[in-house]
Amino acid sequence: MKSSISSVRRPRRQGLVWFVPLAIALALVPLFFNNYYAQQATFVCMYAALALSWNVIGGFTGYPSFSTAAFVGLGAYAGAILQNAGMPMMLAWVAATAVTALFAAVLGYAILRMKGHYFAIGSIAIVESMRLLASSWSSLTGGGEGLNLPIFPGGPDHAGRVFFYAMFVVMIVAAMMSLWLDRSRLGFGLRCVQQNEDAADMVGVNVNASKIAAFVLSALFCGTTGAISASWVSYISPPDAFSILMTLKVPVMALLGGAGTVLGPVLGALVFVLVEQTLMSRFLDYSQAMLGVIIVFLIFFLPGGLLGAGLFERLSGRLARLRRASA
Amino acid sequence: MFLDPQILANGLMLGALYACIAVGFSLVWGVLNVINMMHGSLIILSGYLTFFAWLHLKVNPFLMLLVVSPLLFAFGYALQYGLINRVVSRPVLTTLTLTFGLDMILYNLMNVVFEATPRRITLDLGSLSMGDVVLPNDRLFAMFLALGLTLLLFWVMRTSRAGRAIVAVRMDRDAAALMGIPIRQVYAMTFAIGALMAGACGVLLAITFPVTTNISGLLLGKAFVVCVIGGLGSVPGALVGGLALGLIESYTGTWWGPQTAVLLGFVLMIVLLMTRPTGLLGKAGYE
Repeated sequence: MKSSISSVRRPRRQGLVWFVPLAIALALVPLFFNNYYAQQATFVCMYAALALSWNVIGGFTGYPSFSTAAFVGLGAYAGAILQNAGMPMMLAWVAATAVTALFAAVLGYAILRMKGHYFAIGSIAIVESMRLLASSWSSLTGGGEGLNLPIFPGGPDHAGRVFFYAMFVVMIVAAMMSLWLDRSRLGFGLRCVQQNEDAADMVGVNVNASKIAAFVLSALFCGTTGAISASWVSYISPPDAFSILMTLKVPVMALLGGAGTVLGPVLGALVFVLVEQTLMSRFLDYSQAMLGVIIVFLIFFLPGGLLGAGLFERLSGRLARLRRASA
Repeated sequence: MFLDPQILANGLMLGALYACIAVGFSLVWGVLNVINMMHGSLIILSGYLTFFAWLHLKVNPFLMLLVVSPLLFAFGYALQYGLINRVVSRPVLTTLTLTFGLDMILYNLMNVVFEATPRRITLDLGSLSMGDVVLPNDRLFAMFLALGLTLLLFWVMRTSRAGRAIVAVRMDRDAAALMGIPIRQVYAMTFAIGALMAGACGVLLAITFPVTTNISGLLLGKAFVVCVIGGLGSVPGALVGGLALGLIESYTGTWWGPQTAVLLGFVLMIVLLMTRPTGLLGKAGYE
């Protein structure tokens, strides 16, 4: 029995070797560096949590979801509305997470029966619909003008630290979820769905329930992240909350790290934010084009991602061929 | 209220344009199994080319159909042959992410080169009025051209050698390859025709509406919705879907405002995807 399982699973444990030192290093950033670096570290944690979440549905389950921004935006609006209604900040984050999870469960029940292209289109349409809803339902969402949130007291340095550690915790919890999922019965079922949904159904995986569970897990931390970043920025508007750029960026980070690997998305998010900061900040007008170039590079030169199967083998194979050619 | 002829006429004029927008997108999706996220930006690109040719060179925008369409055809052929063909058999996540990324590049470059301010061609062709209904002549011409181009594509697919090859590849790729059809060229040709249709739509759009990069995503959304309403990869499907969406938007837009109209389009699409994923006209071949 054990051997048949291991043929579906991928090698994994080595992820912790770099993840733990990376997490410790990130946690120390706000203590030793100024607010700018703390802010960048917050982005790394935020995108890592989002990419890990996407990986559950896009990597483990193999469903091409582009609805990340729908969950982030919903979390942001839910958190903002609750906070403005007088709920304490932390409680509002938790409530926003619950709202997002509930929404994902209902939505997943509806759209997970589609497959492939139709699912992809449906998931993009969800983001667009949510944005239109947010900008037209003015009485609740403030419409196109957006919503202001109370500014966090204690000055920018203190606030920067608080929000960094909040995002950091979300990232750690998302990573733990990923590690758990990899070993769990559910994760095994999801990998079966990814390889062959009909066959998975035949051998007794509860396909529908597993897919909905995966969708909810992929939305959960998006909701938390959205709510935290709404409090962090103290202002949200429909195009920022339901950003089409975000909905593309997050899968790209996961692919960059290696879709379907357990902790690869963290690495993808880290590399992406570093590239974005070094390149895009110098060419502000070209940020979208840069994302496009990264995608083209990724798809043609790094199809399995940084941690994906066979990168080192392929590189060493290419080196060997080069050596043979030159000899 | 349903019979208000002005709303009906507006809906039909809009619907013809939507059909033309969707038909190229639908062809690429149906034959290549690739969702071309660049479709909206390609339309805007040709809209800008038309606008600037009119502004600086005083070229009649209708004539630009003959210039812009071949240009986009060549661009599409090169893009598919050189780049997308390499990953065309990979999963949808890869192909969609690639065209999404290419769209980001094109969109960004257009924003930098042309700037996003809405630009509008003013032709002053007058208008036709029948009773209470006023039909601006430029929109009327654009509608007939859009319908004409869509039918022309239908005819080309049915009668030309390339068209039959595309249909054959859509029906059964492997069998088509065994019959000696060069798959890579057919793929490139299909994508090129999709781009050509986008180019033609861009010209028509520039004649009737202000052009701005901000609406490229909106146009892409229309192509999604029309494809899902009418079904994939068929010209009659795109025509029916386009006219249906045009009419729906025209009526809901008048009653409840334009944003609700767009939202309703998406909601309709999601409901249809859940209940009838092959579209209203079923899964006919591209004929």
